[in-house]
Amino acid sequence: MPIQGEYMGMMLTIDDVDKENREFFRHCAEGTFHLQKGKESGLLRYPPTTACPWTRDREYDWVPVEGKGEVHSYAEVHHPIQPAFREKVPYMVLVVDLDTQKGEPTEHEALRVAGNLVTADGEFAPPEMIKSVGIGTRVRMVFSDVTDGFALPQWTIDEDADQPENPWRYPQE
Amino acid sequence: MAPSSDIDATAPKFLRGKYAICGVGETTYRRGSEESTRNLATWAINNALEDAGMTADDVDGMLNYSGNDSVFAPHVANDLGIRLNFYMDVHGGGSSTEALIGIAIGVIEAGMCKAVVIYRSMNGYTQVRIGGTGARSAVPIIGDQIHHRGYGWQSAGQMFAPTFLRHMYDYGTTPEQVAHVKVAHSKHASNNPKAYYRTRYTVDDVVNSRIICKPLHLLDCCVETDNATAIIVTRLDRARDCKNPPAVIQSVVGRCCKPRGDIHLHYQHGPISTVAGHYAKDILFANAGVGPEDIDVTGSYDAFTFTTMLQLEDYGFCKKGEGGDYVSSGAIELGGRRPNNTSGGHLCEGYTHGMNMVIENVRQLRNDADDSCPIGPDGKRQHSHDYSEGGCRQVKDVELTANLGWAHPGAASSMIMSKDAR
Repeated sequence: MPIQGEYMGMMLTIDDVDKENREFFRHCAEGTFHLQKGKESGLLRYPPTTACPWTRDREYDWVPVEGKGEVHSYAEVHHPIQPAFREKVPYMVLVVDLDTQKGEPTEHEALRVAGNLVTADGEFAPPEMIKSVGIGTRVRMVFSDVTDGFALPQWTIDEDADQPENPWRYPQE
Repeated sequence: MAPSSDIDATAPKFLRGKYAICGVGETTYRRGSEESTRNLATWAINNALEDAGMTADDVDGMLNYSGNDSVFAPHVANDLGIRLNFYMDVHGGGSSTEALIGIAIGVIEAGMCKAVVIYRSMNGYTQVRIGGTGARSAVPIIGDQIHHRGYGWQSAGQMFAPTFLRHMYDYGTTPEQVAHVKVAHSKHASNNPKAYYRTRYTVDDVVNSRIICKPLHLLDCCVETDNATAIIVTRLDRARDCKNPPAVIQSVVGRCCKPRGDIHLHYQHGPISTVAGHYAKDILFANAGVGPEDIDVTGSYDAFTFTTMLQLEDYGFCKKGEGGDYVSSGAIELGGRRPNNTSGGHLCEGYTHGMNMVIENVRQLRNDADDSCPIGPDGKRQHSHDYSEGGCRQVKDVELTANLGWAHPGAASSMIMSKDAR
């Protein structure tokens, strides 16, 4: 049976044979972020894939990874496509450098994990919160449930971290 | 720039200057075509055949690209009485035109056919909108798509935005600098009677239009239109028998990628402020045996103003990080050092997934831009090179053009064409 759930007015579906995505989102539903770790390379990868991009190795383990990092860049959407997002504008999509494996195996590589900016409770961030977040902001991961065995990773401001004084934001508010 | 021997892709240099575009054609660029994509394709191909002075018997190959929004090549060929020795329908949008020109050269060289029609036919406003609005926003979201659409991260502008913002962060590029791309292309479109938008815009107009997705304002984004476009590729010796002068193909690059692309395009492997043109340029210029400084006119894909800027920079028309300075210097405008998208491109003329910019460069090489200049006794336009509004858009003495196609930040196609040296 495919896993299916309605989220933000969208029907999200993971097929039976899509083992990589099933496992990825199942771990999120259990509240611990996991990534595939190549058996040969020992390197983590994101988003889920069928082989290791460094060794072509098809063998891997799912390992827990700390959901903490820094905003590398973002999109701030004011004109949405999906109808249910119209009530949420503006909303942010963050592309976050995980602390884990940052700058490995080469300088410009990182595990850059996408997610919306949400409150600690998982609600879409209000406009005042959005205005405080930019490139360099420290964030931690939370999860939005879709259905049983299926949740999406999201990002919220890491209250315990040292934050940059002025994270870089697009100059026009 | 000397051909480089350490790039494998440059091996078949013997094809340099052996093939040409011998015919170009299009429909109107409009919203509300009231025609099927099949009928639009027939219309554009007939115009390309007419332009080449060819009949249905002179072409026997057909290539088409689309994204579940168009008509298959054999149906169009049958309508036109073209008997095919080769055809292929390819999935794709931007970056397809130049890639398919390379495929056409390959199949002709392999002896599979003699001349290939390439078309793109789309009702991009009234049927399937590329931005993903309308019917496209209601489709089920499966598997890998969850990682972006699940976050309301779907349209091209939304997906590319982190790349554009990071360029501003890394290099201090400003919205006002990049707005000059729209200023230039709208200036060019005002001298193109075919263009959908013919109004000239200022930097203030752009940065004061509403934000769609930071850093993109409404006027940083291309138009959505209904249209078909077509070109014909054949060997140079056959092209020389055609009605109009051939545009000679010097090199092509097809969907050249950055390292480690992924379903979010290219965000795992940085710098994300560098796009695939950085890699494509080493094939493009080496195969043609020329450098960026030799190019007279560019056709840099303009789904967004930022796309044009990033590509011109990464193909080496300016130093890395100086794209904002380059596009705001006047260089890319008619009358400047190297005008870009002289038809108005996707921002103003119409959205065709790259083919209208190739068509425009063919016309520039023929010294036959279809502006409002008067037609002389020889049947040719008498170009004034007065680029004021409603006037000329022909660039003087065009010898070499470059087209820089774009699928997304992580994949690029490109092509250099020259005037026939004969």
